[in-house]
Amino acid sequence: MQTRPLRITAYTLCSAAGDGRAATLAALRERRTGLTRNDFGASPISTWIGRVAGLETQPLPAEFANWDCRNNRLAWRGLTTDRFIDAARAARDRYGAHRVAVVMGTSTSSIGASEEAYARLDPDGRYPADLRRPIIHTPHSLGDFVQYALGLTGLSVTVATACSSSAKVFAQAERLIRTGLADAAVVGGVDSLCGSVLFGFNSLELVSPEPCRPFDVERRGINLGEAAGFALLEKQAPRGEWLLGYGESNDAHHMSTPHPEGVGARLALSDALARAGLQPADIDYINLHGTASQKNDEVEAKLVADLFPATTCASSTKGWTGHTLGAAGIVEAAISLIALEHQLLPGTLNLRVPDLACGPQIQRDNVQREASHALSFSFGFGGSNCVLVFGRDR
Amino acid sequence: MTLRVAIEGVSFWASRLPGWETARAVMTGEQPPPEAASTRPSPTLLAPTERRRAPDTVAVALEVAARACEAAGRKPSDLPSVFASTHGDLAISDYMCSTLATTPALISPIKFHNSVHNAAAGYWSIGTGSLAPYTAISSYLYTFAEGLVEAATQVVCEQRPVLYVAFDIEAKGALATMASSRGLLGAALVLAPVSQARQHRSLMLTTESVGECHPTPARSAAAPLVADNALAPCLPFFEALASSQPRTLSLALGRQMALNVQVN
Repeated sequence: MQTRPLRITAYTLCSAAGDGRAATLAALRERRTGLTRNDFGASPISTWIGRVAGLETQPLPAEFANWDCRNNRLAWRGLTTDRFIDAARAARDRYGAHRVAVVMGTSTSSIGASEEAYARLDPDGRYPADLRRPIIHTPHSLGDFVQYALGLTGLSVTVATACSSSAKVFAQAERLIRTGLADAAVVGGVDSLCGSVLFGFNSLELVSPEPCRPFDVERRGINLGEAAGFALLEKQAPRGEWLLGYGESNDAHHMSTPHPEGVGARLALSDALARAGLQPADIDYINLHGTASQKNDEVEAKLVADLFPATTCASSTKGWTGHTLGAAGIVEAAISLIALEHQLLPGTLNLRVPDLACGPQIQRDNVQREASHALSFSFGFGGSNCVLVFGRDR
Repeated sequence: MTLRVAIEGVSFWASRLPGWETARAVMTGEQPPPEAASTRPSPTLLAPTERRRAPDTVAVALEVAARACEAAGRKPSDLPSVFASTHGDLAISDYMCSTLATTPALISPIKFHNSVHNAAAGYWSIGTGSLAPYTAISSYLYTFAEGLVEAATQVVCEQRPVLYVAFDIEAKGALATMASSRGLLGAALVLAPVSQARQHRSLMLTTESVGECHPTPARSAAAPLVADNALAPCLPFFEALASSQPRTLSLALGRQMALNVQVN
């Protein structure tokens, strides 16, 4: 069975760069970063973060109280932005609640709630009463909440392959629709700031003390961010951008370092282009993984320089959002869709002097130009790679 | 919608059911469960220095993954894989949460990169040198059935064999009161396109929207040995495989979604 193009009939994103498509587009146009000095938690490490404002004071509506935690609050923020929830509920009414699958990506889901419980254990070592809710202490917290909030009853899965999670959801959903197990799918991802990722990435010495500078010769590491994003995929619809293909692979190299020649990334790219029936020269824009870590950017820059013509524009948008980990796939898919919709190819914030590995494809400045096809690259811990191919609505 | 796939290989590991041959004999009542618990399997795919310090998730997942590929006569590096676990590495989650509550700056970088849900999948791909895609998923109470659907979907879509690995380990510390799971349990399958030329047992998987799910209960003497593990909902499926006769059963895919399974 061949991969079939799917329509993306609704999508949204919320990150430090803004809530929703219009705010994100404005931040991209105005080159306004969402990164701020780290103020998360009791003893913040010295770095910058992409923090979404207001989550602390916005509990979930009472009917969803069982799922209340930072990660699901951020999910709710995303669902209620750009009227995504209306589009998803309309799809539910059109196809039936059991025919719309939910495939969510996350890296740490709501582990922040478990961290909080451990910080507030009672004298007998038990969870505080307000956090004794099993569903928020397991990875599927996210998928379960989204399915319940949308009133869906079909397949519901949480994909957790680190930073490729919410890119791989497009592939899994496409397969469910192709085999007829679902008529439509709500895909997306949410990751929220928590101690595990801030102190964890710090322990690996991957965190930058300054705003991240993807592909810059003086880059010093990543900035962590949080975000939510969603897309509605349908087989047939009169309008909407296209999911044309995807490619998945892994590096078989190292748990936290990419393969030096990007072997897995190249495989994922060729698989994605083959499914979409496109050549590198057909690609107008690539939203790169571009974390601003030494290794990732070097490997990725070389891959782009080797395989794409100078006419392809490529950039990392992590300077706007930070690295949103398990949400990076959907955030950057959404930014790629915004790029196609508005013919605005974002450049790379904070890039001053490009790494020697960079070819002419990697853009510092925004480019306004005709663009039909975009790629989004996501590469994660454990060597998991995913490349998505999007086409303009026409 | 029905998915039809061949079963090329099966494996199973729990401390009182160490290996599919033993587990199958206990499930069919041919033999009683062994009295003594086995020690955890050694992940021989990893370098000797890494074997002892490998997390339980990695040890049990790599064991069943390797045995299923052996049973299928398939080279592991050729197979895309689906790794499913309800809670992931509960011991590392307990470590991360307790360290963050006391001495966050002392988080171990190795524990951190092993804390990702795809750690077992990552070690498997590194150990076997497999560049074929893997995924790592979770679906709470429905993890085993959702993983089975994803693996079968990949087989049908891509027309190539796929390794399916499911596992859960023992919870530690305060987290155990919220994400309860005891002992180690792992199970794996190699699923493949149905072929006229090769005679294998096959599965017909059909999803069904229902008012309320009533999954087939586990019945065998194996059931009490793994009932406390988060992956216990997989047991009725393996009881059906243990029988040499065609069987049907129902697994829960959600509160209102059933997976009807016909084992031929």
